[in-house]
Amino acid sequence: MSGDTKIAIDVREAVKRYGDFTALKTISLSIMDNEFFTLLGPSGCGKTTLLRMIAGFEDVTEGAIYLYGDEIAGLPPNKRPVNTVFQNYALFPHMTVLENVAFGMEMRGRSKSDARKRAGEMLDLVQLQQFAARKPSQLSGGQQQRVALARALAPEPKVLLLDEPLSALDLKLRKAMQLELKHLQRETGITFIFVTHDQEEALTMSDRIAVMSAGELQQLGSPTDIYERPHNMFVADFIGETNLLEVSVDAIKEGRATCHLGGGHELTCNAVDGIGIGSKVHMSIRPERLYMSDSPAEAESLKGRVKENIFVGTDITTIVDLADGPDFTVRTSNSDRGNKRIFEPGAEMFVNMERGAGRLLVD
Amino acid sequence: MSNNSFDIRAYTGFRAITFLCLAILYAPLVVVTIYSFNASQSLTNWEGLSLRWYVEVFTGPESAKFKTAARNSFIIAIIAATTATILATLAATAMVRGGKFRLRTLSFGLISLPLMVPEIVLAVATLIFFNSIGLDRGLLTILLAHIAFCIPFAYLPISARMQGIEDSYEQAALDLYATKRQAFTKILLPLMMPGIISGFLLAFIVSLDDFIITNFVKGAGVETLPTAIFGSVKQGIKPNIMAISTLLLLVSIVMVTISYLVSKKDNTK
Repeated sequence: MSGDTKIAIDVREAVKRYGDFTALKTISLSIMDNEFFTLLGPSGCGKTTLLRMIAGFEDVTEGAIYLYGDEIAGLPPNKRPVNTVFQNYALFPHMTVLENVAFGMEMRGRSKSDARKRAGEMLDLVQLQQFAARKPSQLSGGQQQRVALARALAPEPKVLLLDEPLSALDLKLRKAMQLELKHLQRETGITFIFVTHDQEEALTMSDRIAVMSAGELQQLGSPTDIYERPHNMFVADFIGETNLLEVSVDAIKEGRATCHLGGGHELTCNAVDGIGIGSKVHMSIRPERLYMSDSPAEAESLKGRVKENIFVGTDITTIVDLADGPDFTVRTSNSDRGNKRIFEPGAEMFVNMERGAGRLLVD
Repeated sequence: MSNNSFDIRAYTGFRAITFLCLAILYAPLVVVTIYSFNASQSLTNWEGLSLRWYVEVFTGPESAKFKTAARNSFIIAIIAATTATILATLAATAMVRGGKFRLRTLSFGLISLPLMVPEIVLAVATLIFFNSIGLDRGLLTILLAHIAFCIPFAYLPISARMQGIEDSYEQAALDLYATKRQAFTKILLPLMMPGIISGFLLAFIVSLDDFIITNFVKGAGVETLPTAIFGSVKQGIKPNIMAISTLLLLVSIVMVTISYLVSKKDNTK
């Protein structure tokens, strides 16, 4: 982020309580202008609640929300220059596609003809101009989704909120829409706040991701940060696949921590602030950062036996049984098969870990 | 589906029971309708097709009485159904969109209870109420009573409809800069319209054919169609009563058909 980047949405120590139940526990985060920002987490983590607080459908129990410097927490939804793409689209069933897209602009006081003209342009943008006179029910799910998008973008909101808008689409359409959304965000230059429980979707589309769980912010960072440098167990486990190993830290020297796992096996990895000698913590190692060989090939190399190979199309997943230690999952990309070896089940081999592949986690 | 062994049509006696039910329900109506076209003065002997009794309804000695009664009935039905529909729409909006307020269950009970109270009890209670506040019996008392007992009939289809409308439509409208009033008039009301029309038609029919309450609260000399018909029948059933009944039946069939067509046109899908 460059220094002069404006903050689009600033959530300051926002809390949301429903009676005795706390849905959001003191969340603070800043979403930058022109950013594709994703709130990611399992259902019930509070991500949709936070989105609805920004939209104005839920009030803020404590704290404040600023939109480009203006406090908006007390404003009703129709007074906030933000628009929402709803999970079920909520297209007005009694209006045509064009009337739906023009609605927001008409409510904002633009003349009917003006609003309709601009609505037509928005439909061009999402390639649905030929469906302008249809009713929403006459469109497919993907088309309805694009109408919802055009409707929310038409009044030129300062921030666009998207509440799991792709969850009702099939996989292929979802992939196509992910790219379309990303392009649309770049073209319009509008800040997007996207809510999803799908980590792959979040990694694909986002500039930054806020991982949430149980009403708390777990980690905030770029997709690479979140994937490569998870802060804690939850993030490492929730994002992608990983080997989570119980380890205890034996020594820390020159920024490297030496840890032992069961069965006398030892691994070194970068030390992490807050995890000292004697700590019993978890280490996360992504399966694709491991490879197998006949003899030790790296400083971090563990002896084991292949239990099983699972073919998953692009990759082969190998389950390795460490002698007296935990099981490991190793993933070998099929494009790497020339360089990396696959062993038959039962074969003895070494699992090698690149330096920097292991990551210690705070619980 | 006809090969399905659980098909209800395969049960013994299904056909017989079906025809029996239909006969019990509709035989009297069919008989009345057919005999209203009878040329004979007799109620039971068929002497050929004629519109004689229909002419009698509109021009006969009792025609003036029936005309006034019919006019009263329709005026009361229109005003009562309209007022009841408006009140029921407001009630449904509050009940369905009001969130979980205290006494919500009780409120729903209070609205629909009149449907389950014996009508004679309502009639007596209404009469005593009018007496105690010193309201003279006449068209006004009939109208007030009809508005009151039409509300639950209008309420049921309207609230059923409203429960089927997700509140995300109104949220989307608010999100798109509509005020609360605009969200109601431009989004919620059009979506509720089929329910509102059904509610109105139901209230209209119920008002049009009400006899018991009307008979209690009407003043002397003020008649609606049902009370006028009852008055005539007391002096012996004449075929012109069958003609009037057939005409009323026709009105009901038209109303029910409209109601059906409107509710079939589900504009939330």
